[in-house]
Amino acid sequence: MKTASQLRKLADGSRLVRVTFAGTDFQLREGGNLAAEMLAAGIGPFRYTPVSGAPRNPYCMMGACFDCLVEIDGVIRQACMMEVREGLSISRPAAGEAEHD
Amino acid sequence: MTEADLVVIGAGPAGMSAARAAADAGLSVVLLDEQRKAGGQIYRDVVRAAKVRADILGPDFHKGLELVHALRHANIHHITGATVWQIERNTRVAYTVEGAASFVTGKCLLIATGALERPIPVPGWTLPGAMTAGAAQILLKQSGMLVENAVLAGCGPLLYLVAAQMCRAGTPPQALVETQSTANILAAVLHHGMGAIQGWRQLAKGLGLLSELRSSGVKRFTGASAIAIEGSEHVEAIRFTARGRRQRVECSTVLLHHGVVANTQTARSIGVPHHWDELQRAFVPEKNKWGRTVHPQVYIAGDGAGIGGADAAAITGRIAALAIAGELGAITQAERDAAALPLRRDLRRELAARPFIDRAYPPYGGALSPADETIICRCEEVTAGDIRKYAKIGCRGPNQTKAFGRPGMGPCQGRYCGLTVTELLAAANGLSPQDTGYYRIRPPIKPVTLGELAGLAKQIEDEKETAQ
Amino acid sequence: MESDYAIIGGGVVGLSVAWGLLKRGRSVTVIDGDDGSFRASRGNFGLVWVQSKGMNQPRYAQWSQQSVKAWRAFSDELRGNTGYDVGLEQNGGYDFHFSEETLAETVRKYETLKAKLNGDYPYEILGHNELRREEPEIGPKVIGAILHHQDGHANPLKLLKALADDVRRLGGRILNDKTVKSVSRTGSFKLECSDGTTVEAAKTVLSAGLGATELGPNMGFKAPIRPQRGQVLITEKLPRIMNRPSLIARQVEEGGVQIGATNEEVGFDDTVTLEGLAGLAETAIETYPVLGKAQLVRSWGALRVLSPDGLPIYQKSTEMPGAYLVTCHSGITLAAAHARFIPEWLEETPDAPDLEVFNEDRFAIA
Repeated sequence: MKTASQLRKLADGSRLVRVTFAGTDFQLREGGNLAAEMLAAGIGPFRYTPVSGAPRNPYCMMGACFDCLVEIDGVIRQACMMEVREGLSISRPAAGEAEHD
Repeated sequence: MTEADLVVIGAGPAGMSAARAAADAGLSVVLLDEQRKAGGQIYRDVVRAAKVRADILGPDFHKGLELVHALRHANIHHITGATVWQIERNTRVAYTVEGAASFVTGKCLLIATGALERPIPVPGWTLPGAMTAGAAQILLKQSGMLVENAVLAGCGPLLYLVAAQMCRAGTPPQALVETQSTANILAAVLHHGMGAIQGWRQLAKGLGLLSELRSSGVKRFTGASAIAIEGSEHVEAIRFTARGRRQRVECSTVLLHHGVVANTQTARSIGVPHHWDELQRAFVPEKNKWGRTVHPQVYIAGDGAGIGGADAAAITGRIAALAIAGELGAITQAERDAAALPLRRDLRRELAARPFIDRAYPPYGGALSPADETIICRCEEVTAGDIRKYAKIGCRGPNQTKAFGRPGMGPCQGRYCGLTVTELLAAANGLSPQDTGYYRIRPPIKPVTLGELAGLAKQIEDEKETAQ
Repeated sequence: MESDYAIIGGGVVGLSVAWGLLKRGRSVTVIDGDDGSFRASRGNFGLVWVQSKGMNQPRYAQWSQQSVKAWRAFSDELRGNTGYDVGLEQNGGYDFHFSEETLAETVRKYETLKAKLNGDYPYEILGHNELRREEPEIGPKVIGAILHHQDGHANPLKLLKALADDVRRLGGRILNDKTVKSVSRTGSFKLECSDGTTVEAAKTVLSAGLGATELGPNMGFKAPIRPQRGQVLITEKLPRIMNRPSLIARQVEEGGVQIGATNEEVGFDDTVTLEGLAGLAETAIETYPVLGKAQLVRSWGALRVLSPDGLPIYQKSTEMPGAYLVTCHSGITLAAAHARFIPEWLEETPDAPDLEVFNEDRFAIA
C-alpha cells in the first residue's frame, strides 16, 4: 500500500498531524491539501474502481476527475478538495474495495 | 445572504476581476468558489505561494496577487469552499459549504468556471502516477511539491512552463515527449506570418522557456506518436515512437497535457447553447461581445467562454461586469461603452497569439482517435472501441452512447470523456462534431450528498411561504 | 413494398414490437428520432412491476402479469442473441408505508383486485420487524411494506441496447435521426420524414411515445396522451444496501441507488428542479437512512407517456386500415408482452390477445 513517494516537498514550517489511511497511521502537514499530502506520504492507491477494481490515484488535482475519491466519516469525497486535519480517518471507498479481490 | 445583484461562480482571474469591477460600480456581489483560497487554478493559493516560491513560479504568477487583494471590498461577499451543484431559473444557485447546502439568487449570474485540460486518453492514462501537467503545477503552487522522475508528454505552452519550473527547482523531468512536429510549427508560421508578431510577448515567453529547457539539458522528443504508459499497479515507463523508432523511458510519473478547453458544465446545465470551435477543437458557449448568453441575466467570462489565457480572462471578466452594471442601472450605457473601449483593445492584444499557438500545437491525434482498447471514460471504464460499436447500432450522439454504455454517467459527469466521445462518434458516423453534439448536462454539476440535498427541502418551503 | 411494417418510434415499445414481428418473419423498418428527442426509454425507472397497477381495471393488472411472466424467457433470448444481460431480477418488490392507515387502505384495494383475478395476486404484508429482516437498512419510520412476489426490475438502458442490437441482427432496418412528418395511405403506407426520406410499408405502427400526439390525429387516432414529468436521482456506486426494489428506490446492478420519482403536470418540460430533488432525497433518507451520506451523481427528468386513465392504448385505425397505435406508460414492464403478444394482435392470429378494454373508445366524450 505504501510506495516510495515521487514527490519532493519544499521545506515549510507546517506542523505534522496524525491521520489514518486504511488503518495505518501517517504524519501529514496540517492544513495541507489532503490529496497532495497523501501522495507525498507515498499513500496509494487511493481507491479501486467499482467497475473493474483498477487502482487509481489523483489525476487532475482540481476537483474535476474524481479519481482521488476517499471515504471519510462515511462520505465519499474528493481528497484534492480537502485539507489535512488532525485525526482524520480515511479509507478506500467500499464500493471499489469489494470488487478488488 | 440569499440575494445579491450579481452572483459570480469561480474566483479565478475572470471571476475575481468581474467581482471587483461590479463592486466598484456599486453592485452587491456574492462570489462563490470551490477552493478555500481565491486565485482559481492559474493563481492557485497565490497569496501564500507567491511569497515562498516566486523564484520557481516566475513573474506572471504575481499578477494574481493584485486580483486577490482587489477582492477586499465592502460589496464583495466571497464564499470560499463553496461547491456549486445546481442552478435553476437561471440565477438561483445552490451550493454546499462544509456539508451544508444553501442557495443564493442573483439579479444576474456570471459563470467564470475556467478551463479543463483536454482529455488525453492514451493507453495507461488511468494508472496511478499518470496525471495532468496542470496537476503538477497545482502540487507546486499549493503544496510546494515537485514531481520527481517524471516525463512530460503532449504539447503546448503549459508543458514548457511546467518543465521549466521543474528545472528551476532542481527536479528536471526525465524527458519531454512532444507530439507536435516541426511541420505544425512551420504551418502556423506560414499561416500567420508576421501577424503573429502582434502577440509577440506570449511567443517570446514561449521561446524563453524553450531556451531555459535547452540549457538545462532536458531530453526532448518531437513529433512523438503511439504514446502508451506502462505499469501494472503504478506508472513504470512511457513508450512512444519518435526519431523513426520505438522509444521507452522509465519513469514513475507521466504528466500529460495537450491544451486546455473551456469547462462548459455549468453553462450547459442551464441550457446555454454551445458551438464547435474548429481552431480550439472544442465546444464554446454562445455569447455576445459582453459575454451575455441567450439567458439575458446570465453572462460568461474567462476561459470558460473560450480559451484566451489568464490575462484575457481578467479582461473579459471586467467587460462582463460593465455590461451587468449597465443592465442593472448602476452605470449608464455611455459609461459602459467608454470603459469597455480600452479593455477591448487590450483583449485584442492578448488574443493575438492564440490562433498561432492553436495551429502550432494541435491536439495529439492519437488521443483524439484512440485505439479500440483505450479507456476513454475514466469513471465507467468505457473504451474507444465501445463507442465505435455503439455507433454501429445507431448511436449518432453522446446521449445515446451514454444510455447504451454509460460513458459520462460517472461522478466526473463527462468532463474527461465528453469531447472524446463527440470526436469518436463524429468520425464513426461521418458527421461534424457540431452535428454530433454533446452530453446534456443535468444537475448536480458536482455530486452532493442526499443529506445535504434533503436539508434544502425545508429552506425551499420557507422561501415559498415567505413569497406567499 | 419496402417493408411489411413501418414502426414509428425506436424506443423500447417500438423496438419490442419490431423484434416480435421480425421473429414472425415480417420485414420491419423502424424510424427513430435524434439524440435530443424526448425519450421515455432513456429516463424511466426500470421496474418490471405488477402491484398497484389496474386497481380499477383488472384486465390491466392481468396484462402486466402476463408480461411479467413472459419476461424471463424474453430476457434470456435477448442475452443469447446479443450477449447483453439486461439484469432482470424477479424476487419481489415493495410498496413501503409510513402509516398504518395507508397500509390498511392499500391492502383493502389489493384484496378486491385479488378476488377479481381469481386469487392470482401473490403478496404479503411485512411489519417493520419482518421487513427489517429482509432489508436491514430500512429506517424506523417505515412501519411496514407490501411485498409483491411478481414484482422485479431490470436495466432499461441495457434492454434498449439489446433490442437495438437484436432488431438489426434479425434483419430489421432502423433509421436514426428522423422525424416522421406525414403518413398517407394509398394502397400502401407512405411515410415522409422531415429530411426528405420516405418509407413505404404495408402496415404502420405508431409507437412514438409523446410524438403520437402530433401524428396520431392524421392517422385516425385520438391519441389523447400527455406528458407527466418524473424526476429521478441516482447515487454513486454503493455496496449492496437493498435486496429488492420498491416504488421509492432500487439499487441498480452497477451499485448506484436510483430514487424516484416525482409526478408533475408541467407539459413538455423535462428539467430537474431543486424542489423535486430535495423532496425525493428526503423520502429516500426516511426509507433508508444510510442514504443520507451517499453522493448524488446524476439526476434527470423524463416525461411519462400517459393516457387519461394511465392505461395503455392499443388501437386499430378505422380511418386508415393497417395503422395501429401502441402506446403506454409502462414500456419496460410491458416489453415482453409487446414482443410476444402484440405481434399476434397485429397479425390477427387466433392467438391474438384480447385488448378490447385498451382501445380508444373508452375515451369517448361523456
